[in-house]
Amino acid sequence: MELPVIGRPIEAKSGCSASGCGTAPDKLAHLPDHIRLKVQDHPCFSEEAHHYFARMHVAVAPACNIQCNYCNRKYDCSNESRPGVVSEVLSPDQAIKKVLAVAAEIPQMSVLGIAGPGDPLANPARTFETFRQLSEKAPDIKLCVSTNGLRLPEFADEIARHNIDHVTITINCVDPEIGAKIYPWIFWKNRRIRGVVAARILIEQQQKGLEKLVALGVLVKVNSVMIPGVNDQHLKEVSKVVKAKGAFLHNVMPLIAEAEHGTYYGLMGQRSPNALELQALQDECAGDMTMMRHCRQCRADAVGLLGEDRGAEFTLDKIEGHEVDYAAAMVRRQEVKAGLLQQMQAKRPPLPPAAQSIVFMPKPASRPVLMAVAAKNGLVAEHFGHAREFLVYEASSAGVRFVGHRKTELYCSGDDTCGEGDSVLDRTLRALESCEVVLCSRIGYEPWSKLEAAGIRPNAEHAMEEIEAAVTAVYEEMKAAGDLKQAPAGKKVA
Amino acid sequence: MALRIASPCVNCWACVDVCPNEAIYENKPHFAIDPGKCTECLGEFDDPQCASICPVECAIVDSVGQPLNPPGSLTGIPLPKLIEFGMAHAHPASGAPA
Repeated sequence: MELPVIGRPIEAKSGCSASGCGTAPDKLAHLPDHIRLKVQDHPCFSEEAHHYFARMHVAVAPACNIQCNYCNRKYDCSNESRPGVVSEVLSPDQAIKKVLAVAAEIPQMSVLGIAGPGDPLANPARTFETFRQLSEKAPDIKLCVSTNGLRLPEFADEIARHNIDHVTITINCVDPEIGAKIYPWIFWKNRRIRGVVAARILIEQQQKGLEKLVALGVLVKVNSVMIPGVNDQHLKEVSKVVKAKGAFLHNVMPLIAEAEHGTYYGLMGQRSPNALELQALQDECAGDMTMMRHCRQCRADAVGLLGEDRGAEFTLDKIEGHEVDYAAAMVRRQEVKAGLLQQMQAKRPPLPPAAQSIVFMPKPASRPVLMAVAAKNGLVAEHFGHAREFLVYEASSAGVRFVGHRKTELYCSGDDTCGEGDSVLDRTLRALESCEVVLCSRIGYEPWSKLEAAGIRPNAEHAMEEIEAAVTAVYEEMKAAGDLKQAPAGKKVA
Repeated sequence: MALRIASPCVNCWACVDVCPNEAIYENKPHFAIDPGKCTECLGEFDDPQCASICPVECAIVDSVGQPLNPPGSLTGIPLPKLIEFGMAHAHPASGAPA
């Protein structure tokens, strides 16, 4: 079965690219109803939804059955935000308690995922017990699970039975020779298996699992870690293969590798891709399927909107003795969800008649411009200095499209422990490399001058405006002023 | 004959789930093996199951304290690198972290 993909109009390829395209705002409109209902409020599957709906992960799955060269199971830091990291592992009963507390407190939390810190399917009893209890006690929460895929064929039927309608498989390769450079070993049929043999088994299981889930009607997202020099070129092939098998979304994420994480790649000096390399690869893969660009690579115990983590508010000691009236919470959650869906609907401009999307716009092309936005809830609403991340949009004569995000504080926040001798502002400037404009609600004098010196234009004139409208307006201003005829002013930030 | 769990253990439960003798139990500061139940999987499997799935080096040790998965054996990180980053000691015996 082949699923239509989000954001790519089936009638014709319009000027905008696959995902997050501002000129085709109702990206879900062309999907069959049952699929649209599944993804419209899922922050990880719908770029639009991630501005409104929150997710949470419960860390009930500590065991793993493979080793990845970007992972180190010994490391846990509460300041860190990356996959595989958690502060406390929960039993299924503790997890249920936490989910109900969060669902009552954060009614826009629509999705509960089990993502680790190991592999959920290497912990089948704990994982499925959690899902079983949740579908009984909180039937209004969507369930999803992430896996390395090794045991997926074995559990695909059980996944479908538990009404889990979103699954993420991490697939970094379809070639065992490349796999051997990413996975040193797997635990399979009571043995630790290494090298190319291990990678071949893992790849076979992942592909078989993907096919089974698609046949069962489960939506599958494929995550891939981009590892320069190892699988970066190969991921285009991966994208083709998983698309052909019916995966719904492909999410290419940058490798996180720091020596202090103690991972193989970190210690061996394997570099991570920069934002432009990531974007270029995502663009190349986008020819084949819908790409996801809003992933924040969150922790296995994250709580809240993507990009924020409220996990610290819901630790076991804080929710101890917390009685939740879930029936009442469910009514409120329903109201909040309806309100948010309505808000989303209201923001979408009316769809143009289908015929119009076939017409190629004969406008002279002006060069594309990258703009970084300090955003909140889909608006230009964040103070420059308070932004923990910037959403990056590309404006061009074809329209506005979301291309990614840049973190301002990389994985660690404490200057004392992670100090590299440069200020947060310096790091922010580096993160904004290649962007020509920064849109924010307010900005101080010092960052203003530093941005200008780096060739980036600060702009606070569109505060509280809807992001894509603001980006379009600034682009039009630049065009009118003749700024698009010359090459970008940006200097490389040291 | 019994295996033992040492301090590098991260309490991930992987060994508990695969032990054929239910010899492993939750304990503080880390999981432990009941020596009365552990058979080192002799006669049942080619390799002890706990040591075959354990994700951290030097966490499963034999009766004389030798790690079944010595430093570098699971990650492939060369020993000099591990020593350079303080993740293993230069001690010739096992290289196991204290």
